[in-house]
Amino acid sequence: MLDQLLALREDIPRRYYIATSVTGLLVLFISWCVITYGGLVSPIFLPTPTAIVKAAIKAIQDGSLWADTKASVYRIMVGWLISTLFALPIGLLMGNFKFFEALFEPPIDFIRYMPAVAFVPLSILWTGVGDTQKFVILFIGTFFQEVLMVADNVKHVPKEIINVSYTFGLNKWEVLTQVILPYAMPGIMDTLRITLGWAWTYLVVAELVAAKVGLGYSIMRAQRYLQTDKIILGILVIGILGLITDYSFKFASSVLFPWAKGGRSA
Amino acid sequence: MSGPVKLRAEHVRKVFDVEGKPLVAVEDVTMTVRENEFVTIVGTSGCGKSTFLNMVAGLIPITSGILEVDGKPVTGPGADRGMVFQKYTLFPWLKVLDNVKFSLKKKKGLSAREKDDIAREYLRLVGLAGFEDAYPAQLSGGMQQRVAIARALAYKPSILLMDEPFGALDAQTRGLMQELLLKVWEEHKTTILFVTHDIDEAIFLADRVYVMTARPGRIKKEVPVPLPRPRDYHIMTTEEFIAVKREVMDLIREESLKAMQ
Repeated sequence: MLDQLLALREDIPRRYYIATSVTGLLVLFISWCVITYGGLVSPIFLPTPTAIVKAAIKAIQDGSLWADTKASVYRIMVGWLISTLFALPIGLLMGNFKFFEALFEPPIDFIRYMPAVAFVPLSILWTGVGDTQKFVILFIGTFFQEVLMVADNVKHVPKEIINVSYTFGLNKWEVLTQVILPYAMPGIMDTLRITLGWAWTYLVVAELVAAKVGLGYSIMRAQRYLQTDKIILGILVIGILGLITDYSFKFASSVLFPWAKGGRSA
Repeated sequence: MSGPVKLRAEHVRKVFDVEGKPLVAVEDVTMTVRENEFVTIVGTSGCGKSTFLNMVAGLIPITSGILEVDGKPVTGPGADRGMVFQKYTLFPWLKVLDNVKFSLKKKKGLSAREKDDIAREYLRLVGLAGFEDAYPAQLSGGMQQRVAIARALAYKPSILLMDEPFGALDAQTRGLMQELLLKVWEEHKTTILFVTHDIDEAIFLADRVYVMTARPGRIKKEVPVPLPRPRDYHIMTTEEFIAVKREVMDLIREESLKAMQ
Protein backbone atom coordinates (compact mmCIF):
# COMPACT_ATOMS: atom_id res chain seq x y z
CA MET A 1 0.00 0.00 0.00
CA LEU A 2 2.61 2.54 1.12
CA ASP A 3 4.88 1.21 -1.61
CA GLN A 4 2.17 1.93 -4.15
CA LEU A 5 1.53 5.45 -2.83
CA LEU A 6 5.22 6.37 -2.86
CA ALA A 7 6.02 5.08 -6.36
CA LEU A 8 8.82 7.22 -7.78
CA ARG A 9 7.47 9.50 -10.51
CA GLU A 10 4.50 7.22 -11.19
CA ASP A 11 0.81 8.03 -11.17
CA ILE A 12 -1.20 6.92 -8.17
CA PRO A 13 -4.92 6.01 -8.29
CA ARG A 14 -7.07 9.12 -8.52
CA ARG A 15 -9.11 8.42 -5.40
CA TYR A 16 -5.92 8.11 -3.31
CA TYR A 17 -4.70 11.36 -4.80
CA ILE A 18 -7.88 13.20 -3.84
CA ALA A 19 -8.01 11.57 -0.42
CA THR A 20 -4.43 12.67 0.25
CA SER A 21 -5.19 16.25 -0.79
CA VAL A 22 -8.27 16.40 1.45
CA THR A 23 -6.32 14.87 4.33
CA GLY A 24 -3.64 17.55 4.01
CA LEU A 25 -6.22 20.33 4.30
CA LEU A 26 -8.03 18.54 7.13
CA VAL A 27 -4.83 18.10 9.15
CA LEU A 28 -4.14 21.82 8.79
CA PHE A 29 -7.69 22.71 9.89
CA ILE A 30 -7.78 20.24 12.79
CA SER A 31 -4.40 21.44 14.08
CA TRP A 32 -5.78 24.98 13.99
CA CYS A 33 -8.87 23.86 15.97
CA VAL A 34 -6.81 21.95 18.56
CA ILE A 35 -4.39 24.83 19.10
CA THR A 36 -7.06 27.53 19.39
CA TYR A 37 -10.03 25.78 21.08
CA GLY A 38 -7.60 23.95 23.32
CA GLY A 39 -6.32 27.32 24.56
CA LEU A 40 -2.73 26.47 23.63
CA VAL A 41 -2.18 29.96 22.23
CA SER A 42 -3.74 33.30 23.07
CA PRO A 43 -6.50 34.46 20.62
CA ILE A 44 -4.40 37.58 20.05
CA PHE A 45 -1.90 35.45 18.15
CA LEU A 46 -4.30 33.03 16.53
CA PRO A 47 -8.09 33.30 16.84
CA THR A 48 -10.47 30.34 16.64
CA PRO A 49 -12.34 29.40 13.44
CA THR A 50 -15.53 30.56 15.14
CA ALA A 51 -14.04 34.03 15.66
CA ILE A 52 -13.13 34.25 11.98
CA VAL A 53 -16.66 33.28 10.94
CA LYS A 54 -18.08 35.87 13.33
CA ALA A 55 -15.74 38.52 11.93
CA ALA A 56 -16.81 37.54 8.42
CA ILE A 57 -20.54 37.82 9.26
CA LYS A 58 -19.96 41.21 10.86
CA ALA A 59 -17.95 42.46 7.87
CA ILE A 60 -20.66 41.31 5.49
CA GLN A 61 -23.44 42.93 7.57
CA ASP A 62 -21.77 46.31 7.92
CA GLY A 63 -20.88 46.28 4.21
CA SER A 64 -17.15 46.73 4.80
CA LEU A 65 -16.22 43.39 3.24
CA TRP A 66 -18.04 44.26 0.03
CA ALA A 67 -16.58 47.79 -0.09
CA ASP A 68 -13.04 46.51 0.56
CA THR A 69 -13.37 43.72 -1.99
CA LYS A 70 -14.80 46.04 -4.63
CA ALA A 71 -11.99 48.58 -4.17
CA SER A 72 -9.27 45.93 -4.24
CA VAL A 73 -10.61 44.01 -7.23
CA TYR A 74 -10.87 47.29 -9.14
CA ARG A 75 -7.25 48.21 -8.33
CA ILE A 76 -5.94 44.75 -9.18
CA MET A 77 -7.78 44.63 -12.48
CA VAL A 78 -6.73 48.11 -13.64
CA GLY A 79 -3.12 47.71 -12.42
CA TRP A 80 -2.80 44.32 -14.06
CA LEU A 81 -4.48 45.46 -17.28
CA ILE A 82 -2.08 48.40 -17.63
CA SER A 83 0.83 46.03 -17.05
CA THR A 84 -0.54 43.56 -19.61
CA LEU A 85 -1.21 46.32 -22.14
CA PHE A 86 2.51 47.10 -22.12
CA ALA A 87 3.85 43.58 -21.53
CA LEU A 88 2.09 41.99 -24.52
CA PRO A 89 3.46 44.19 -27.35
CA ILE A 90 6.89 44.68 -25.77
CA GLY A 91 7.18 40.99 -24.93
CA LEU A 92 6.18 40.04 -28.47
CA LEU A 93 8.80 42.36 -29.91
CA MET A 94 11.50 41.08 -27.53
CA GLY A 95 10.72 37.45 -28.25
CA ASN A 96 10.73 37.89 -32.02
CA PHE A 97 13.39 40.49 -32.74
CA LYS A 98 16.88 40.39 -31.27
CA PHE A 99 16.98 44.16 -31.79
CA PHE A 100 14.18 44.76 -29.29
CA GLU A 101 15.59 42.16 -26.92
CA ALA A 102 18.88 44.08 -26.87
CA LEU A 103 16.97 47.34 -26.40
CA PHE A 104 14.60 46.35 -23.59
CA GLU A 105 16.16 43.48 -21.70
CA PRO A 106 18.95 45.29 -19.80
CA PRO A 107 16.70 47.90 -18.13
CA ILE A 108 13.97 45.33 -17.46
CA ASP A 109 16.42 42.89 -15.90
CA PHE A 110 17.77 45.70 -13.75
CA ILE A 111 14.43 46.99 -12.45
CA ARG A 112 13.07 43.46 -12.03
CA TYR A 113 15.21 42.94 -8.95
CA MET A 114 14.08 46.10 -7.19
CA PRO A 115 11.51 45.46 -4.48
CA ALA A 116 8.10 46.95 -5.34
CA VAL A 117 7.61 48.05 -1.74
CA ALA A 118 10.62 50.36 -2.04
CA PHE A 119 8.75 52.29 -4.73
CA VAL A 120 5.89 53.23 -2.37
CA PRO A 121 7.39 56.61 -1.30
CA LEU A 122 8.37 57.44 -4.88
CA SER A 123 4.98 56.46 -6.26
CA ILE A 124 3.29 58.79 -3.77
CA LEU A 125 5.65 61.58 -4.73
CA TRP A 126 4.92 61.03 -8.43
CA THR A 127 1.21 60.31 -8.45
CA GLY A 128 -0.25 61.39 -5.11
CA VAL A 129 -2.33 59.24 -2.79
CA GLY A 130 -5.21 58.19 -5.06
CA ASP A 131 -5.86 54.96 -6.92
CA THR A 132 -3.21 55.86 -9.49
CA GLN A 133 -0.53 55.26 -6.88
CA LYS A 134 -1.94 51.75 -6.29
CA PHE A 135 -1.87 51.08 -10.02
CA VAL A 136 1.77 52.15 -10.15
CA ILE A 137 2.79 49.71 -7.41
CA LEU A 138 0.83 46.85 -8.98
CA PHE A 139 2.39 47.71 -12.33
CA ILE A 140 5.91 47.67 -10.91
CA GLY A 141 5.25 44.38 -9.16
CA THR A 142 3.82 42.71 -12.26
CA PHE A 143 5.09 44.21 -15.51
CA PHE A 144 8.79 43.42 -15.35
CA GLN A 145 8.19 39.71 -14.83
CA GLU A 146 5.23 39.54 -17.19
CA VAL A 147 7.06 41.07 -20.16
CA LEU A 148 9.94 38.56 -19.90
CA MET A 149 7.51 35.66 -19.62
CA VAL A 150 5.61 36.79 -22.73
CA ALA A 151 8.92 37.06 -24.61
CA ASP A 152 9.73 33.53 -23.49
CA ASN A 153 6.32 32.21 -24.61
CA VAL A 154 6.96 33.57 -28.09
CA LYS A 155 10.47 32.12 -28.26
CA HIS A 156 9.10 28.64 -27.67
CA VAL A 157 7.61 28.47 -31.17
CA PRO A 158 9.76 25.84 -32.96
CA LYS A 159 11.93 27.05 -35.81
CA GLU A 160 10.57 24.29 -38.11
CA ILE A 161 7.01 25.59 -37.74
CA ILE A 162 8.24 29.04 -38.79
CA ASN A 163 10.31 27.64 -41.68
CA VAL A 164 7.47 25.53 -43.04
CA SER A 165 5.27 28.64 -43.05
CA TYR A 166 7.83 30.46 -45.18
CA THR A 167 7.69 27.64 -47.73
CA PHE A 168 3.96 28.37 -48.16
CA GLY A 169 4.92 31.85 -49.34
CA LEU A 170 4.10 33.78 -46.16
CA ASN A 171 6.14 36.90 -45.44
CA LYS A 172 7.57 37.61 -42.00
CA TRP A 173 4.61 39.71 -40.80
CA GLU A 174 2.20 36.99 -41.82
CA VAL A 175 4.35 34.41 -40.05
CA LEU A 176 4.33 36.63 -36.96
CA THR A 177 0.58 37.20 -36.86
CA GLN A 178 -0.75 33.96 -38.38
CA VAL A 179 1.72 31.41 -37.02
CA ILE A 180 3.81 32.61 -34.07
CA LEU A 181 0.98 34.39 -32.28
CA PRO A 182 -1.63 31.60 -32.43
CA TYR A 183 1.03 29.02 -31.50
CA ALA A 184 2.09 31.04 -28.46
CA MET A 185 -1.44 31.96 -27.31
CA PRO A 186 -1.97 29.19 -24.74
CA GLY A 187 1.43 29.94 -23.20
CA ILE A 188 0.66 33.65 -23.13
CA MET A 189 -2.70 32.92 -21.50
CA ASP A 190 -0.83 30.95 -18.84
CA THR A 191 1.47 33.92 -18.28
CA LEU A 192 -1.54 36.22 -17.86
CA ARG A 193 -3.00 33.82 -15.32
CA ILE A 194 0.21 33.58 -13.30
CA THR A 195 0.91 37.32 -13.35
CA LEU A 196 -2.64 38.15 -12.25
CA GLY A 197 -1.91 35.88 -9.29
CA TRP A 198 1.21 37.91 -8.56
CA ALA A 199 -0.80 41.13 -8.74
CA TRP A 200 -2.92 39.77 -5.88
CA THR A 201 0.19 39.20 -3.79
CA TYR A 202 1.18 42.87 -4.27
CA LEU A 203 -2.21 44.11 -3.06
CA VAL A 204 -1.15 44.67 0.55
CA VAL A 205 1.96 46.53 -0.58
CA ALA A 206 -0.16 48.70 -2.88
CA GLU A 207 -2.60 49.55 -0.09
CA LEU A 208 0.12 49.94 2.53
CA VAL A 209 -0.01 53.72 2.61
CA ALA A 210 -2.68 56.30 1.87
CA ALA A 211 -5.63 53.97 1.41
CA LYS A 212 -9.05 54.42 2.96
CA VAL A 213 -10.60 51.20 1.75
CA GLY A 214 -9.44 47.84 0.39
CA LEU A 215 -8.64 44.33 1.58
CA GLY A 216 -4.94 45.09 2.02
CA TYR A 217 -5.79 48.26 3.91
CA SER A 218 -8.23 46.40 6.17
CA ILE A 219 -5.44 43.99 7.10
CA MET A 220 -3.04 46.83 7.91
CA ARG A 221 -5.65 48.62 10.02
CA ALA A 222 -6.61 45.43 11.86
CA GLN A 223 -2.95 44.96 12.73
CA ARG A 224 -2.90 48.37 14.41
CA TYR A 225 -5.75 47.32 16.74
CA LEU A 226 -4.53 43.73 17.17
CA GLN A 227 -7.71 42.41 15.52
CA THR A 228 -6.12 39.13 14.51
CA ASP A 229 -9.44 37.65 13.39
CA LYS A 230 -9.84 40.47 10.83
CA ILE A 231 -6.27 39.98 9.60
CA ILE A 232 -6.85 36.30 8.94
CA LEU A 233 -10.24 37.03 7.35
CA GLY A 234 -8.56 39.48 4.97
CA ILE A 235 -5.86 36.97 4.07
CA LEU A 236 -8.42 34.24 3.44
CA VAL A 237 -10.58 36.49 1.23
CA ILE A 238 -7.54 37.46 -0.87
CA GLY A 239 -6.60 33.80 -1.18
CA ILE A 240 -10.11 32.80 -2.28
CA LEU A 241 -10.39 35.66 -4.80
CA GLY A 242 -6.99 34.73 -6.21
CA LEU A 243 -8.11 31.14 -6.55
CA ILE A 244 -11.30 32.19 -8.35
CA THR A 245 -9.42 34.30 -10.92
CA ASP A 246 -6.92 31.48 -11.41
CA TYR A 247 -9.59 28.92 -12.16
CA SER A 248 -11.50 31.36 -14.38
CA PHE A 249 -8.38 31.68 -16.51
CA LYS A 250 -7.84 27.93 -16.63
CA PHE A 251 -11.46 27.46 -17.67
CA ALA A 252 -11.21 30.18 -20.35
CA SER A 253 -8.03 28.54 -21.67
CA SER A 254 -9.66 25.14 -22.01
CA VAL A 255 -12.57 26.71 -23.92
CA LEU A 256 -10.46 28.98 -26.13
CA PHE A 257 -7.66 26.51 -26.88
CA PRO A 258 -9.16 23.03 -26.91
CA TRP A 259 -6.22 21.88 -29.05
CA ALA A 260 -3.67 22.56 -26.32
CA LYS A 261 -4.25 20.02 -23.60
CA GLY A 262 -3.12 21.14 -20.18
CA GLY A 263 -2.86 24.80 -21.16
CA ARG A 264 0.58 24.64 -22.72
CA SER A 265 1.30 23.34 -26.19
CA ALA A 266 3.93 20.67 -26.72
CA MET B 1 14.78 10.69 -67.78
CA SER B 2 14.93 13.67 -70.05
CA GLY B 3 12.37 16.16 -68.71
CA PRO B 4 13.29 19.77 -68.11
CA VAL B 5 15.74 20.46 -65.28
CA LYS B 6 13.93 21.48 -62.10
CA LEU B 7 16.87 21.87 -59.78
CA ARG B 8 20.41 22.72 -60.81
CA ALA B 9 23.19 22.90 -58.25
CA GLU B 10 26.76 23.61 -59.28
CA HIS B 11 29.64 23.68 -56.82
CA VAL B 12 27.32 24.74 -54.03
CA ARG B 13 29.32 25.48 -50.92
CA LYS B 14 28.32 26.47 -47.40
CA VAL B 15 30.66 27.81 -44.77
CA PHE B 16 29.18 28.58 -41.37
CA ASP B 17 30.73 31.05 -39.03
CA VAL B 18 31.00 29.35 -35.64
CA GLU B 19 32.20 31.88 -33.08
CA GLY B 20 34.52 33.50 -35.55
CA LYS B 21 35.89 30.25 -37.00
CA PRO B 22 34.82 29.07 -40.44
CA LEU B 23 33.15 25.65 -40.51
CA VAL B 24 32.69 24.07 -43.93
CA ALA B 25 29.37 22.23 -43.81
CA VAL B 26 28.96 21.64 -47.54
CA GLU B 27 32.15 21.52 -49.59
CA ASP B 28 30.92 21.02 -53.14
CA VAL B 29 27.54 19.76 -54.31
CA THR B 30 26.81 19.49 -58.02
CA MET B 31 23.59 17.78 -59.00
CA THR B 32 20.44 18.06 -61.09
CA VAL B 33 16.88 16.95 -60.55
CA ARG B 34 14.62 16.69 -63.57
CA GLU B 35 10.87 17.08 -63.77
CA ASN B 36 8.92 14.26 -62.10
CA GLU B 37 12.09 12.58 -60.93
CA PHE B 38 12.42 11.09 -57.47
CA VAL B 39 15.98 11.74 -56.31
CA THR B 40 17.42 10.90 -52.90
CA ILE B 41 20.55 12.07 -51.13
CA VAL B 42 22.01 9.61 -48.66
CA GLY B 43 24.83 10.30 -46.25
CA THR B 44 26.02 9.82 -42.68
CA SER B 45 24.61 12.13 -40.03
CA GLY B 46 26.28 15.53 -39.98
CA CYS B 47 27.44 15.29 -43.60
CA GLY B 48 25.60 18.45 -44.62
CA LYS B 49 22.76 16.85 -46.56
CA SER B 50 20.09 18.65 -44.54
CA THR B 51 22.01 21.90 -44.84
CA PHE B 52 21.98 21.47 -48.61
CA LEU B 53 18.24 20.83 -48.63
CA ASN B 54 17.67 23.91 -46.49
CA MET B 55 19.67 25.93 -49.00
CA VAL B 56 17.46 24.66 -51.82
CA ALA B 57 14.45 25.68 -49.71
CA GLY B 58 16.02 29.13 -49.37
CA LEU B 59 16.06 28.91 -45.58
CA ILE B 60 19.87 29.09 -45.47
CA PRO B 61 21.82 31.25 -47.98
CA ILE B 62 24.59 29.59 -49.98
CA THR B 63 28.18 30.78 -49.59
CA SER B 64 29.15 30.22 -53.22
CA GLY B 65 28.13 28.26 -56.31
CA ILE B 66 25.02 28.18 -58.46
CA LEU B 67 21.64 27.04 -57.15
CA GLU B 68 18.65 27.35 -59.45
CA VAL B 69 15.07 26.11 -59.34
CA ASP B 70 13.24 26.31 -62.68
CA GLY B 71 16.16 28.32 -64.03
CA LYS B 72 15.84 31.05 -61.38
CA PRO B 73 18.49 31.48 -58.70
CA VAL B 74 17.31 30.70 -55.15
CA THR B 75 17.24 33.88 -53.07
CA GLY B 76 14.89 32.92 -50.25
CA PRO B 77 12.02 30.61 -49.35
CA GLY B 78 9.07 30.52 -51.74
CA ALA B 79 5.93 28.62 -52.58
CA ASP B 80 7.62 26.96 -55.55
CA ARG B 81 9.50 24.71 -53.12
CA GLY B 82 7.53 22.67 -50.62
CA MET B 83 9.23 21.12 -47.62
CA VAL B 84 8.46 18.29 -45.23
CA PHE B 85 10.62 18.19 -42.10
CA GLN B 86 11.56 15.36 -39.76
CA LYS B 87 10.09 17.25 -36.81
CA TYR B 88 6.31 17.47 -36.72
CA THR B 89 5.36 20.83 -38.17
CA LEU B 90 1.57 20.80 -38.20
CA PHE B 91 -0.09 23.86 -36.72
CA PRO B 92 -1.51 22.55 -33.46
CA TRP B 93 -4.37 25.06 -33.28
CA LEU B 94 -5.76 24.07 -36.69
CA LYS B 95 -7.80 20.99 -37.45
CA VAL B 96 -6.32 18.57 -39.99
CA LEU B 97 -8.33 19.96 -42.93
CA ASP B 98 -7.40 23.57 -42.04
CA ASN B 99 -3.75 22.55 -41.75
CA VAL B 100 -3.81 21.35 -45.34
CA LYS B 101 -5.75 24.42 -46.48
CA PHE B 102 -3.22 26.70 -44.78
CA SER B 103 -0.69 25.93 -47.52
CA LEU B 104 -3.21 27.18 -50.12
CA LYS B 105 -3.50 30.57 -48.43
CA LYS B 106 -1.30 32.29 -50.97
CA LYS B 107 -2.66 30.42 -53.99
CA LYS B 108 -4.41 32.91 -56.22
CA GLY B 109 -7.49 32.18 -58.27
CA LEU B 110 -8.93 29.45 -56.06
CA SER B 111 -12.32 29.81 -54.43
CA ALA B 112 -12.83 28.72 -50.83
CA ARG B 113 -14.81 25.77 -52.15
CA GLU B 114 -12.00 24.70 -54.48
CA LYS B 115 -9.42 24.92 -51.68
CA ASP B 116 -11.65 22.76 -49.55
CA ASP B 117 -11.97 20.18 -52.31
CA ILE B 118 -8.22 20.11 -52.96
CA ALA B 119 -7.43 19.63 -49.26
CA ARG B 120 -9.97 16.81 -48.94
CA GLU B 121 -8.61 15.11 -52.05
CA TYR B 122 -5.03 15.09 -50.75
CA LEU B 123 -6.13 13.86 -47.34
CA ARG B 124 -7.92 11.01 -49.08
CA LEU B 125 -4.74 10.32 -51.03
CA VAL B 126 -2.68 9.87 -47.85
CA GLY B 127 -5.41 7.70 -46.35
CA LEU B 128 -6.76 10.22 -43.85
CA ALA B 129 -10.28 10.77 -45.14
CA GLY B 130 -12.46 10.98 -42.04
CA PHE B 131 -9.82 12.76 -39.95
CA GLU B 132 -10.55 16.26 -41.31
CA ASP B 133 -11.84 17.56 -37.98
CA ALA B 134 -9.16 16.06 -35.71
CA TYR B 135 -6.50 18.20 -34.07
CA PRO B 136 -2.85 17.22 -34.72
CA ALA B 137 -2.35 16.29 -31.05
CA GLN B 138 -4.97 13.56 -31.50
CA LEU B 139 -2.97 11.89 -34.29
CA SER B 140 -0.03 9.48 -34.16
CA GLY B 141 3.37 10.59 -35.48
CA GLY B 142 2.88 8.69 -38.73
CA MET B 143 -0.53 10.26 -39.30
CA GLN B 144 0.87 13.72 -38.60
CA GLN B 145 3.56 13.22 -41.22
CA ARG B 146 0.92 12.07 -43.69
CA VAL B 147 -0.97 15.32 -43.10
CA ALA B 148 2.31 17.22 -43.56
CA ILE B 149 2.85 15.45 -46.90
CA ALA B 150 -0.72 16.16 -48.01
CA ARG B 151 -0.22 19.80 -47.01
CA ALA B 152 3.06 20.09 -48.93
CA LEU B 153 1.60 18.42 -52.06
CA ALA B 154 -1.72 20.30 -52.02
CA TYR B 155 -0.29 23.61 -53.16
CA LYS B 156 1.62 21.89 -55.95
CA PRO B 157 5.14 23.18 -55.42
CA SER B 158 7.47 22.88 -58.39
CA ILE B 159 9.73 20.62 -56.32
CA LEU B 160 9.03 18.87 -53.02
CA LEU B 161 11.93 18.76 -50.55
CA MET B 162 11.81 16.10 -47.86
CA ASP B 163 14.25 16.16 -44.94
CA GLU B 164 14.19 12.69 -43.34
CA PRO B 165 10.42 12.93 -43.03
CA PHE B 166 10.09 9.41 -41.62
CA GLY B 167 13.16 9.60 -39.37
CA ALA B 168 11.14 9.87 -36.18
CA LEU B 169 8.82 6.94 -36.96
CA ASP B 170 9.21 3.31 -35.93
CA ALA B 171 10.56 0.90 -38.57
CA GLN B 172 7.17 -0.69 -39.43
CA THR B 173 5.37 2.63 -39.85
CA ARG B 174 8.32 3.96 -41.84
CA GLY B 175 8.04 1.10 -44.32
CA LEU B 176 4.32 1.73 -44.84
CA MET B 177 4.93 5.46 -45.24
CA GLN B 178 7.54 4.84 -47.93
CA GLU B 179 5.07 2.76 -49.92
CA LEU B 180 2.36 5.35 -49.41
CA LEU B 181 4.65 8.12 -50.61
CA LEU B 182 5.51 6.15 -53.76
CA LYS B 183 1.82 5.50 -54.42
CA VAL B 184 0.98 9.20 -54.05
CA TRP B 185 3.93 10.16 -56.21
CA GLU B 186 2.93 7.71 -58.95
CA GLU B 187 -0.67 8.98 -58.89
CA HIS B 188 0.23 12.70 -58.85
CA LYS B 189 3.60 12.92 -60.55
CA THR B 190 5.78 15.58 -59.01
CA THR B 191 9.47 16.27 -58.52
CA ILE B 192 10.90 15.11 -55.21
CA LEU B 193 14.30 15.57 -53.60
CA PHE B 194 14.48 13.39 -50.51
CA VAL B 195 17.26 13.36 -47.90
CA THR B 196 17.88 10.37 -45.62
CA HIS B 197 20.59 8.39 -43.85
CA ASP B 198 18.64 5.13 -44.40
CA ILE B 199 20.16 3.27 -47.36
CA ASP B 200 17.14 1.00 -47.97
CA GLU B 201 14.85 3.99 -47.96
CA ALA B 202 17.07 5.94 -50.33
CA ILE B 203 17.17 3.12 -52.90
CA PHE B 204 13.57 1.96 -52.52
CA LEU B 205 12.18 5.41 -53.31
CA ALA B 206 14.60 6.80 -55.85
CA ASP B 207 15.29 6.93 -59.57
CA ARG B 208 18.79 8.08 -58.67
CA VAL B 209 20.69 8.17 -55.40
CA TYR B 210 23.37 10.75 -54.63
CA VAL B 211 25.80 9.48 -52.00
CA MET B 212 27.44 12.19 -49.92
CA THR B 213 30.81 12.12 -48.20
CA ALA B 214 31.23 12.74 -44.49
CA ARG B 215 31.63 16.35 -43.41
CA PRO B 216 32.46 18.53 -45.19
CA GLY B 217 29.86 17.20 -47.62
CA ARG B 218 30.59 16.51 -51.25
CA ILE B 219 28.75 14.33 -53.75
CA LYS B 220 30.75 11.11 -53.67
CA LYS B 221 28.86 9.28 -56.34
CA GLU B 222 25.64 9.25 -58.30
CA VAL B 223 24.06 5.79 -58.30
CA PRO B 224 21.21 5.04 -60.73
CA VAL B 225 18.47 2.72 -59.47
CA PRO B 226 17.33 0.60 -62.44
CA LEU B 227 14.41 -1.02 -60.58
CA PRO B 228 10.97 -1.25 -62.20
CA ARG B 229 7.99 0.74 -60.97
CA PRO B 230 5.51 0.57 -59.38
CA ARG B 231 7.48 -0.86 -56.45
CA ASP B 232 6.37 -2.52 -53.26
CA TYR B 233 8.41 -3.73 -50.31
CA HIS B 234 9.08 -7.13 -51.92
CA ILE B 235 11.53 -5.43 -54.22
CA MET B 236 13.88 -4.94 -51.27
CA THR B 237 14.75 -8.64 -51.29
CA THR B 238 15.46 -8.93 -55.02
CA GLU B 239 18.99 -9.38 -56.32
CA GLU B 240 18.82 -6.16 -58.31
CA PHE B 241 18.00 -4.19 -55.18
CA ILE B 242 20.72 -5.90 -53.18
CA ALA B 243 23.29 -5.20 -55.90
CA VAL B 244 22.53 -1.46 -55.69
CA LYS B 245 22.45 -1.65 -51.92
CA ARG B 246 25.88 -3.26 -51.79
CA GLU B 247 27.36 -0.48 -53.88
CA VAL B 248 25.80 2.27 -51.76
CA MET B 249 26.70 0.52 -48.50
CA ASP B 250 30.37 0.25 -49.52
CA LEU B 251 30.44 3.96 -50.32
CA ILE B 252 28.71 4.95 -47.06
CA ARG B 253 30.88 2.63 -44.98
CA GLU B 254 34.03 4.28 -46.26
CA GLU B 255 32.63 7.61 -45.16
CA SER B 256 31.44 6.40 -41.77
CA LEU B 257 34.91 5.05 -41.06
CA LYS B 258 36.44 8.37 -42.06
CA ALA B 259 33.99 10.24 -39.86
CA MET B 260 34.89 8.08 -36.87
CA GLN B 261 38.59 8.87 -37.06
